[in-house]
Amino acid sequence: MVMAAEPQFHVLAVDDSLFDRKLIERLLQKASCQVTTVDSGYKALEFLGLREGVEINDPDAVSTSPVIHQEVEVNLIITDYCMPGMTGYDLLKKVKESSAFKNIPVVIMSSENVPARISRCLEEGAEEFFLKPVRLADLNRLKPHMMKTKLKNQMLEEIEKPSKVESGTAAAVVEPEVKDLTEIGIKIVPLQSEVEPKQVHLQVVQQEDQTMSNNKRKSVEEGLSTDRSRPRFEGITTAV
Amino acid sequence: MDAHVAQLQMQYRNYILSLYQQGFLDDQFTELKSLQDDGTPDFVAEVLSLFFDDCVKLVGNMARALDQTGTVDFSQVGANVHQLKGSSSSVGAKRVKGLCINFKELCEAKNYEGCVRCLQQVDIEYKTLKAKLQDMFNLEKQIVQAGGIVPQVDIN
Repeated sequence: MVMAAEPQFHVLAVDDSLFDRKLIERLLQKASCQVTTVDSGYKALEFLGLREGVEINDPDAVSTSPVIHQEVEVNLIITDYCMPGMTGYDLLKKVKESSAFKNIPVVIMSSENVPARISRCLEEGAEEFFLKPVRLADLNRLKPHMMKTKLKNQMLEEIEKPSKVESGTAAAVVEPEVKDLTEIGIKIVPLQSEVEPKQVHLQVVQQEDQTMSNNKRKSVEEGLSTDRSRPRFEGITTAV
Repeated sequence: MDAHVAQLQMQYRNYILSLYQQGFLDDQFTELKSLQDDGTPDFVAEVLSLFFDDCVKLVGNMARALDQTGTVDFSQVGANVHQLKGSSSSVGAKRVKGLCINFKELCEAKNYEGCVRCLQQVDIEYKTLKAKLQDMFNLEKQIVQAGGIVPQVDIN
């Protein structure tokens, strides 16, 4: 759970393979993220608090407290595509269909480079599609996407009830210094001050360079991910 | 004492380089090593352990699937090959991954003899890699016990 004044990103990683879960967990930790791993799409939805018609008092349930929307703040979901039962694509759809969680960026991973699969996921709203094995450089590209959700949450907090900080349902962390949008853009460094300010700042700046070389490796011939990711970067970097 | 450590370190360096040169490992293994730090000193060992457990399980599944007296379910074999290809690729086990690519084609072609032979090769290959990496870990241990630090090996 996100504690007060801890500006880390929280990522929910979904993969049915223990081996892959261990890898993605370490990668995310190395990228300075807080990680929760689950082994299926169902458990992922459970963790988020999306239980449609399922008994909440299930002893096997991931969360032991009553299901409340926005109880956990998840800044990104990264999921394997090929999973038994609910595929990563199914999970993506469910997340994007939910009013509470559709703004959480979803990234799909797959060991297979299937253009039709990639475009289908991107069309359904996936932020990125990574080919396995996923590398640290790939994850660092995700920071702007996660930052967006975090900032949006903070903005909503500011707009709705500025004094709501102490409330137990406050999912987002509100940094006292952040007063308005322009400040948010400039203060990307201080927001991360408890973690590694220099690193994050460098990564935000270097995103564009990395995107170019990474996209050659990761994207389909059509350059789908290049097109999808560029507008999003511009949304953040113009503020800087 | 220092000369001994230096000798061990050189041995270690050469050993690692040979593993790459002989195609046992590729740059994904380098990436894995870079994810290990003082806070997670056993990360690579743990991941490799999981990988080799996977190998045992998957090879066993495939052997059983190919052992049918009757019709062989090649899609079942293929599914296991797919998994093994994925994990060998994620760990940097270059030769195993290469074999899996061939194996996949043989499954799709429903080439029974080819699949049986390929499975045998996979079995030998992962066990060979396991032994080599064990030697690598032993060298690391020797260096540390001799009071030295395990060197970072730069693969050109």
